[in-house]
Amino acid sequence: MAIEVRIPTILRTYTDGAKQVEGAGSTLGELFDDLEVRHAGLQARLMDGGALRRFVNVYLNDEDVRFLSGLDTPVKDGDAVTILPAVAGG
Amino acid sequence: MRYDNLLQSLGNTPLVGLPRLSPSPQARLWAKLEDRNPTGSVKDRAAFYMVEQAEKEGRLVPGSTILEPTSGNTGISLAMVAKVRGYKLIVVMPENTSEERRQLLHMYGAEIITSPAAGGSNEAVRVAKQIAAEHPDWVMLYQYGNEANARAHYETTGPEILADLPEVTHFVAGLGTTGTLMGAGRYLREHKPGIAIVAAEPRYGELVYGLRNVDEGFVPELYDESVLTTRFSVTSADALRRTRELVAAEGIFAGISAGCALHAGLAMATKAAKAGDRADVVVLVADGGWKYLSTGAYSGTLDEAEQSLEGQLWA
Repeated sequence: MAIEVRIPTILRTYTDGAKQVEGAGSTLGELFDDLEVRHAGLQARLMDGGALRRFVNVYLNDEDVRFLSGLDTPVKDGDAVTILPAVAGG
Repeated sequence: MRYDNLLQSLGNTPLVGLPRLSPSPQARLWAKLEDRNPTGSVKDRAAFYMVEQAEKEGRLVPGSTILEPTSGNTGISLAMVAKVRGYKLIVVMPENTSEERRQLLHMYGAEIITSPAAGGSNEAVRVAKQIAAEHPDWVMLYQYGNEANARAHYETTGPEILADLPEVTHFVAGLGTTGTLMGAGRYLREHKPGIAIVAAEPRYGELVYGLRNVDEGFVPELYDESVLTTRFSVTSADALRRTRELVAAEGIFAGISAGCALHAGLAMATKAAKAGDRADVVVLVADGGWKYLSTGAYSGTLDEAEQSLEGQLWA
C-alpha cells in the first residue's frame, strides 16, 4: 500500500505523463519530499518558500488540506491526495 | 404575496426539510431553494445588489453597457436586471456551458462572447478583463471581486436562514465566486458562534483545469479562507448521484451544483449522527434542473451522465 496522488494535466510533464503516482510519508510535506525524488521539479511547482503555492489546491480524501494542517497534515497508506490548480466558478 | 415588480420578489426563498435524506431525526438536512428567485437561481441576489450599488455610485446610467465574465447563472440574472433597468449586457461565457444558458441569455437580449473551453471560467475572466481594457466606457461589475455580491448574502441569505432555523449548525454551499459563502457565512458566524461554514467545490473534468501553468490559477478577490470551516472537492460523479437522490427521495428537481453541496452536507450530517451530536445542516440549492436537461444529467445511467458531463461547466 502507498499514498495515491492524482496529478493535474499541467504538472504531468514532471511525471512522464502519468495521471496518478504513488508516494510515501507520514505528513503531506514528507509525501511531497518523497515525490520529488522520483519526479524532480514537481515540488517547486507545488510549494514556494515552504508553503503551498497560492494557485495550487491539495485535497486529502477530497478535503482541502488548508483546513486540515496544511503540509503538516498526517497522511497514511490508502489515502488519496488530489492536486488541482485553482479555478473560478460563477 | 404581492410585489410592485419582479425584482422586489427576490429572496425570502423556502427552507424545506429533507426527512428522507437526513441520517436521523437528530441530524437533519434542510434545503434552501434558491431556484425560487426571479430567473431561477441564487445569482439574482448578487446581480441585483451589484447593479444597485453601481447605480448608487453613478457608474451605471441609463443606456450603459455592462460586461461580465460568467459561466451562466450570473449572466442570466444580470440579463434580467439589465432588461428591466434599461442596460445593454455583454457576457463572456466559456464554450463548455449548457445550451439552455445560451438560449436564456439570448432571450433576455444579452450578447454572448464565447471564451475557449480550456481553462473554464479562468479563461472567461481573462478575456473579459482584456475586453474591458479596450472599452473603458463599459461597466464590468466583476462578481469575483465585487463586495456587493457577498453583501447580498450577508443582508439577505444569511438572515433568512437564521430566522427560519435558529438552531442551524452547518451551512453548506457551492464555491464559485465565493460570494454566497463569504456573505452568508460571515453573517451566520457573527450571529451563531460555533456554526460550521462548509464549501463544496465542483471538481470538473480535466479540460477545465487545462491551464498553461499553475500561475494561471485564479482565486476570487472576495475569497477569505477564515470564513470557512472546511472545503470539499466534489467529483461530477458524486454531484450527479446526489442530484438524482434529491429528486428520488425528496422530489426536488435541482441543478447539479445542488448535488455537489448535498454531498458535502450529507457527509457533515452523517458524521454528526455517528458521533451522537445534534445537527441542522442547511444545503443551498443554487438552481433548478431545467438548465441542465440537455447535458444528459438526468437521463440514462450515472456513468452515461458522467460521460456526457465530462468537460462541461455544471455549476
